[in-house]
Amino acid sequence: MNYSKKVMEHFRNPRNYGRIENPDGLGKVGNPVCGDVMWLYIKVKGGKISNVKFETFGCAAAIATSSMITELAKGKTIARALALSRDNILKELGGLPPIKVHCSMLAIDALHAAIYDYLSKKKLPIPAELEQEHTKLEKERAGKK
Amino acid sequence: MRRIYFDHGGTTKPRAEVVKAMKPFFSEKFGNPSSLHSFGREAAEALEHSRNVFAKLLGCSADEIYFTSGGSESNNLAIKGLAFAREKKHIITTPIEHHCIVDAVGWLKERGYKITELPVDKYGLVDPRDVEKAITGDTLLVSVMFANNEVGTVEPIEEIARICTKHNVPFHTDAVQAFTKVPIDVRKLGVDMLSLSAHKIYGPKGVGLLYVRKGISLEPLMHGGGQERGLRSGTENVPGIVGFARAAELACKEMRPEMKRQARLRDKLIAGMLKVPNTWLNGHPAKRLPNNVNVGFAFIEGESLILHLDGKGIAASTGSACSSKSLEPSHVLLAMGQKHEEAHGSLRVTIGRETTGAEVKYFLNELPKIVSKLRQISPFKREYG
Repeated sequence: MNYSKKVMEHFRNPRNYGRIENPDGLGKVGNPVCGDVMWLYIKVKGGKISNVKFETFGCAAAIATSSMITELAKGKTIARALALSRDNILKELGGLPPIKVHCSMLAIDALHAAIYDYLSKKKLPIPAELEQEHTKLEKERAGKK
Repeated sequence: MRRIYFDHGGTTKPRAEVVKAMKPFFSEKFGNPSSLHSFGREAAEALEHSRNVFAKLLGCSADEIYFTSGGSESNNLAIKGLAFAREKKHIITTPIEHHCIVDAVGWLKERGYKITELPVDKYGLVDPRDVEKAITGDTLLVSVMFANNEVGTVEPIEEIARICTKHNVPFHTDAVQAFTKVPIDVRKLGVDMLSLSAHKIYGPKGVGLLYVRKGISLEPLMHGGGQERGLRSGTENVPGIVGFARAAELACKEMRPEMKRQARLRDKLIAGMLKVPNTWLNGHPAKRLPNNVNVGFAFIEGESLILHLDGKGIAASTGSACSSKSLEPSHVLLAMGQKHEEAHGSLRVTIGRETTGAEVKYFLNELPKIVSKLRQISPFKREYG
């Protein structure tokens, strides 16, 4: 299996890893049984994601996509961060092997979960789509247990 | 960059003597062993010489050796070849066999065969008493691997063979990993079929053999020119077989001192790796191949570990799902009772004849740095302290 140069570069030198104390939002996604777990922390200032960090248990693709999502999300408004998709990550990373594409989805899920956490803590309006996604993720999580 | 090969359980580098022995059979000695002319005879002689080498090394007669394309074919031939030749429909095996056995047996199961998977303990050991309990009047075959490819556990083959002989049930063992690492004499062991592969013993890829005791008859899986006494048609891989025999000869001659040397390095590796906190040894501490080390690392995932080691020039392997094509972690570790998340963090190091103490030292120096880097990124480190 071959990873792109960009994937290997992010895997070897991940950006923004670690935790943020008292984050404004925290998204925890994945499942240790499957071998991928991502925790994404965000700080929000003036409606923009001012800081973002991750902690990930997983393969090179999981670590590289975590690193990439932090780079993509940093400095973006909540609305623009929510518009990020799996394809943005894949494009920036120069693609992933087919069997690893699900890792990029996990990174998007982690970002959305962190934003959901932020919006609900601040009692801000939650876009309907995000609410639906959240319900779906919670259901999946309950199903796995 | 310095490159260290710690994946001898995957494949090995053909020895110079092996390459040299094979070379003429790629060029001037190109004959087909089935031909009557001098070119053919030359190749046939080399083929029969190789067969005699194995007969001597394994303690059997030459007409009990069937050359194949490798371990997978040998295992498929033993299982399906016997199934097609007999009426009985019950197979006893283990959940830690190589995929070629697991899948061949699974394929027969879909076609109405009854399969008993013997339990293994936390070290991956089979209890011979369980074999005896599982045997019924309908038992076609017992197949238990000699030594496990992932965790190196060596099974009680002689005891299992004794039980099978007592009940008159054919016993096959996959000895692909064990050959040239532990002494193998098929008569003394009392096995009926035994599979070997060349590329795990510093020989070429694409060649192996199946020992079949006289009196056991199999149906061929490959039909054609009737080579290998009708059991395996297809023009013989003469250079490969010559290389296989040369590799086996050399490795068996050197086995005693070399395996003692590798066992010392193995023990150094195990001790050094277990110094990293939150680690455990996979496989049996004593009943273990002299070249196999398999250690689990909590909180991290094996593919990441392998790729960071690769970045330091070190080649190793893992039972993690993320490095497999199926996204399922090692069936061996799961059968031994490990949780998925534990199986994800396994690292297999398999050393070989060129492994040095200096390589072991370099590895033990680099490994803890990589593990702690990955643990820093991992969300689990705090949950477990």
